[in-house]
Amino acid sequence: MKKFTTLNSHIIPLAIDNVDTDMIIPAQHLKSVSKEGYGENVFSALRSMYPDFVLNKPQYNTGKILVSKENFGCGSSREHAVWAIQQYGIETVICNSFSDIFFNNSAKNGLLLITQPIEVINEFLAIAEKDPAAEMTVDLPNQTISYNGKGYHFDYDGFRKHCLINGLDDLDYLVSHIEEINRYEQSHANA
Amino acid sequence: MKQNIINKIWNKHLVHSKAGFPEMLYIDRILLHEVTSAQAFAELKNRNIQIRNKQNIIATVDHSIPTDKNRIVIADEIARKQVDTLRANCKETGITIYDIDSHHQGIVHVVGPELGFTLPGKTIICGDSHTSTHGAFGALAFGVGTSEITHAMASSCILQDKPKTYRVEFKGMPNKYFTAKDAILKLIAEIGIGGGKGCVIEYVGEYIRSLSMEARMTICNMSIECGARAGLVAPDATTFAYLEGRQYAPKGQDWESAKKEWLALNSDSDSEYDYNITIDITGAGPMITWGINPEHAIALNETTPALDAGGDKATLEKAYAYTKLQPGQSLLGTAIDFAFVGSCTNGRIEDLRAVAKILDGRKVASNVTMYIVPGSEQVMEMAQTEGLDKIFTAAGADFRMPGCSMCLAMNPDKVPEGKRCISTTNRNFIGRQGPNSITHLASPQTVAASAVLGKIAAEEQLV
Repeated sequence: MKKFTTLNSHIIPLAIDNVDTDMIIPAQHLKSVSKEGYGENVFSALRSMYPDFVLNKPQYNTGKILVSKENFGCGSSREHAVWAIQQYGIETVICNSFSDIFFNNSAKNGLLLITQPIEVINEFLAIAEKDPAAEMTVDLPNQTISYNGKGYHFDYDGFRKHCLINGLDDLDYLVSHIEEINRYEQSHANA
Repeated sequence: MKQNIINKIWNKHLVHSKAGFPEMLYIDRILLHEVTSAQAFAELKNRNIQIRNKQNIIATVDHSIPTDKNRIVIADEIARKQVDTLRANCKETGITIYDIDSHHQGIVHVVGPELGFTLPGKTIICGDSHTSTHGAFGALAFGVGTSEITHAMASSCILQDKPKTYRVEFKGMPNKYFTAKDAILKLIAEIGIGGGKGCVIEYVGEYIRSLSMEARMTICNMSIECGARAGLVAPDATTFAYLEGRQYAPKGQDWESAKKEWLALNSDSDSEYDYNITIDITGAGPMITWGINPEHAIALNETTPALDAGGDKATLEKAYAYTKLQPGQSLLGTAIDFAFVGSCTNGRIEDLRAVAKILDGRKVASNVTMYIVPGSEQVMEMAQTEGLDKIFTAAGADFRMPGCSMCLAMNPDKVPEGKRCISTTNRNFIGRQGPNSITHLASPQTVAASAVLGKIAAEEQLV
């Protein structure tokens, strides 16, 4: 899994609620049997339908931090949505809230999701609107986002933080508990 | 301590729990399909990890498979490779696959219950968000991504944070045209598409108890559309009557003891939940969506909301622009181009029977293309035995082979650009049924009545 420690980048502002995984990667692009090759199709429907969509704007579309609003990643469980976002070049998504499945899928691929209050989200969106080149720093070990001398703390689960910083995935953790799985199965053999 | 069914199942499946770490949850059943499994098999192979408990895993093909009669030949080369990869992976690992013409191929969430693979009290995962469907049997069933499929195949466990519990009670009795689909759309309209985030829902109340297993599956299926991780209904006599004698269900003495164990899963009286809501459905009628996500739902006899009716105004504006509708209008009478019956939400035999009842002796309007896609080969064969296929064909509808089809337009079944479809499916997201297509979610009865009249209509109009 990809390691994450710190990141410097300008923001891609996507000021809408309920970004669903069909928007992130439409179903017609899910036919591959590989984990690669999804980046070029990220948000493909919105990019072709709306000329003013944020990823069509050169001042924003090279950003590595995506900022959106409420319930990001809702809908389908397709992990391809996480792969597409990462392969496009985005390494952090900052939102007011995330859907459960997308949240789990992201942590397992090293995509850092940060939750912030809506006031902070609106502040970040306004910064990007005013100055598309404005750079922010995301620091996972210290759990801070900083911009222009101002720091914003974010909460992050200790286990996931450890995995992300060290590039470890859940499978290593699960396999290290194999004895307990064996015991569970023995005690439930007749269930 | 008094416990609800959600916590009972969760606690029974805890393998390891340690403060500061996610909980290690034992997974009893895994369902696989072609879209989200190839990368999991590849990962296990790369890491040289054997599959643990392959007897607890079944597979079928549904998302990419064509639904025309000649479906053996998949013209789309990438889709063909995806389907063939699942076949090869199952063969290599010894996992049972219900492939086409096995009499059990179909949408994974229709097939699992039909086989009795879905049982009360079990933890079930699948790489598909509509895995919540299986909760209708009192199972804890939820959608996961490919990584968690990999983890469960390797260790029979996944890491999860404990969910919050949400009690949803439907109170009162609706009018006779109201269906389970309308009940779940009403809940989503009320609490919003993020209203159930972080939660597992237990559906309770007299109305839920009165429903068939098919109808309970429709409700649990769309739990994910309000953001819930899962939804379930505690097992009862209706559950047992459905399961008895099915292939994977316990038999003989085991069946008798299983029933006792399953009944004990029911929530203790006065057990507590993190959230509670009561939805009053007294006298309620059919629902329909007008916008670009499932919370954009209204009663068929209501008008669309004003831009300042609440919620994010920019989203509402975008929704109206996309669906080419105006605030404050009735949807009744809006011309449609397509009508779709099928999917893991409403592609079961009971849904097809309801549609046949309306189409019998009537014709699909000349401006409408109607697809009826059974959820599985079992559903298709039952429909043929009952003569429903003849009713569909006589009405001018296209009765096709089983699969996900036009619900997500991964296979060739797509709603063309700019066309309007009334659909029994679960998502009206932008482009969901094909690029630039417009979707209205409704019950099978509303879809059938609209197909006959060529415009959005209520079943009542045909009486």
